[in-house]
Amino acid sequence: MSLRQKLRDFFNRREAAITGGGLKAIEKQVALGKLPARERIKFLLDPDTFHEYDLFVEHRCHDFGMDNKQLAADGVVTGTGKISGHPVCIFAQDFTVAGGSLGLMHARKITKIMDHAMKLGIPLIGINDSGGARIQEGVNSLAGYGEIFFRNTLASGVIPQISVILGPCAGGAVYSPALTDFVFVVDKISKMFITGPEVIKTVLGEEISMEELGGARVQTEISGNAHFYAESEQECFEQIKKLVTFIPWNNRKKADPFQARKPKPGLDIEGIIPPEPMKPYDVRNIIRAVCDDSDFFEVQKYWAANIVIGFARLAGETVGIIANQPLVLAGVLDVDSSDKAARFIRFCDAFNIPLVTFVDLPGYLPGVDQEHAGVIRHGAKVLYAYSEATVPKITVILRKAYGGGYIAMCSRHLGADFVFAWPTAEIAVMGPEGAANIIFKAEIASSPNPDAMRRAKVEEYTEKFANPYIAAANGHIDAVITPRETRGCLIHAIEISAEKHESRPTKKHGIPPF
Amino acid sequence: MNDGPDLKTLVIDGAAYQTRYTRKFACRKPYVAPDATTLVARIPGVILTVHVRRGQRVKRGDPLLVLEAMKMKNDLTAAHDGVVKTIHVEEGQMVAKGQLLIEFS
Repeated sequence: MSLRQKLRDFFNRREAAITGGGLKAIEKQVALGKLPARERIKFLLDPDTFHEYDLFVEHRCHDFGMDNKQLAADGVVTGTGKISGHPVCIFAQDFTVAGGSLGLMHARKITKIMDHAMKLGIPLIGINDSGGARIQEGVNSLAGYGEIFFRNTLASGVIPQISVILGPCAGGAVYSPALTDFVFVVDKISKMFITGPEVIKTVLGEEISMEELGGARVQTEISGNAHFYAESEQECFEQIKKLVTFIPWNNRKKADPFQARKPKPGLDIEGIIPPEPMKPYDVRNIIRAVCDDSDFFEVQKYWAANIVIGFARLAGETVGIIANQPLVLAGVLDVDSSDKAARFIRFCDAFNIPLVTFVDLPGYLPGVDQEHAGVIRHGAKVLYAYSEATVPKITVILRKAYGGGYIAMCSRHLGADFVFAWPTAEIAVMGPEGAANIIFKAEIASSPNPDAMRRAKVEEYTEKFANPYIAAANGHIDAVITPRETRGCLIHAIEISAEKHESRPTKKHGIPPF
Repeated sequence: MNDGPDLKTLVIDGAAYQTRYTRKFACRKPYVAPDATTLVARIPGVILTVHVRRGQRVKRGDPLLVLEAMKMKNDLTAAHDGVVKTIHVEEGQMVAKGQLLIEFS
């Protein structure tokens, strides 16, 4: 064969392989509002940066008539590229090829690109769109899943791992995304569950649609399995592009600094907190009033909204923000909000992202359901994560910091480097109402007018203790600052913490209250 | 996922806060104490065997029923000493989750 013939042969082979499951299957995919695998990669990555590998990999199954069946690229596209200028390893399951089903070689392609990501120290992005295990390959496909989970775990805290659910992701397959750092879902396209509606109907007699069971809304609002919700694949890709700019390539690096930018004018930071301590406000406005360009990139926006987490920049440096949200459930800590905050804190700590905590919480959510759901065990995760973290830790107490909530929200006692409090801060063992009822129980009970006495005692306690000065007098906070001074104090604290080094006792690993 | 004010009250340590509820909080079920005089199905399945009769005195741990569910023949045993008042199921019957199986007196 001449070179020309060899080239023509190669072009034919390549063309056949990148057509995936054929034009009919692609049409079906598009009719479902989904993009084909290579299109997705094209839209997600910077133009002309994608390099594909293992295009000619073939399955090795001989059973059930599989030996004469060709599956293009074995149903998964793998390669490297760049997102917003950052290098990434990527794989995308191709639903047009045997429903994106996972066989041994399909899995080997994924584990190979995962190994690359680890060696090169760059983020891994996985686009999931698969019917599940390739039944014909039997236990080999299970082996494939297991090898992926193992690598997800080893890579955890070494390189950022991002999962994008753009189709079904059911049964064991859900556990690879669950082991990664951020899960993206798209309305009407993403479906995640361990057991599907069919099984639930047969076994339990309960009827439910796929959407209600494990659709995008459910995963972002109810279960907390997903971190980002989008209306379309395009919107989802924009979210990923933005996330990548906030996080470093790996755990040996810091996130790329940006040009410092002032917050947008128009947000008066002094006007956000209402004067009445029982009135709510949106803590995200405080964050926006403080951070660069007022750009707060919120994570898990819809789940456990009583705590707010996300990324922002201060003088160009990425910070991880954790803030109680008085607008929802008065900003209490509960099972879900503890879980949400703790995992985010550990991500930031693993990837050298300083933590900025805004505190305004009345305590923990009371209720039988909370106690029985293990709020003790889940709440302990927050204490663990903050105490364990060695990145710069900066805390701003905005208003209420009572009791166990005060300790949990990155207090000095859990190793905060800088603790600031606004003059509106109330740092006390509990709220004035609760405290007065206990301390002055006898006086209130024996008074001819118990209600008036209770009010007087609440006022007395508020006057004396609902302020930041007792904590300041004891050195538990470093400075009382005005709302307008907050940005400057935070930027200074981040700047001078650039070389912070704190070590922890040598151990194989801690045992957090999972 | 709405941004309206729809504020509710949440009482913590005697203080009433105005705030929004999460969907989960709004939908929480009030706690109901378990009833020692009833046996209900924890999982749906089929009753294979009924070991007891009406009026029979049972001791804690005595076998009551065999419920086949989730590919297992599950032995349901008495949680307390007592007397069987009513048996609501028979052998071969399908039962749903939460269905009342036996009452004790």
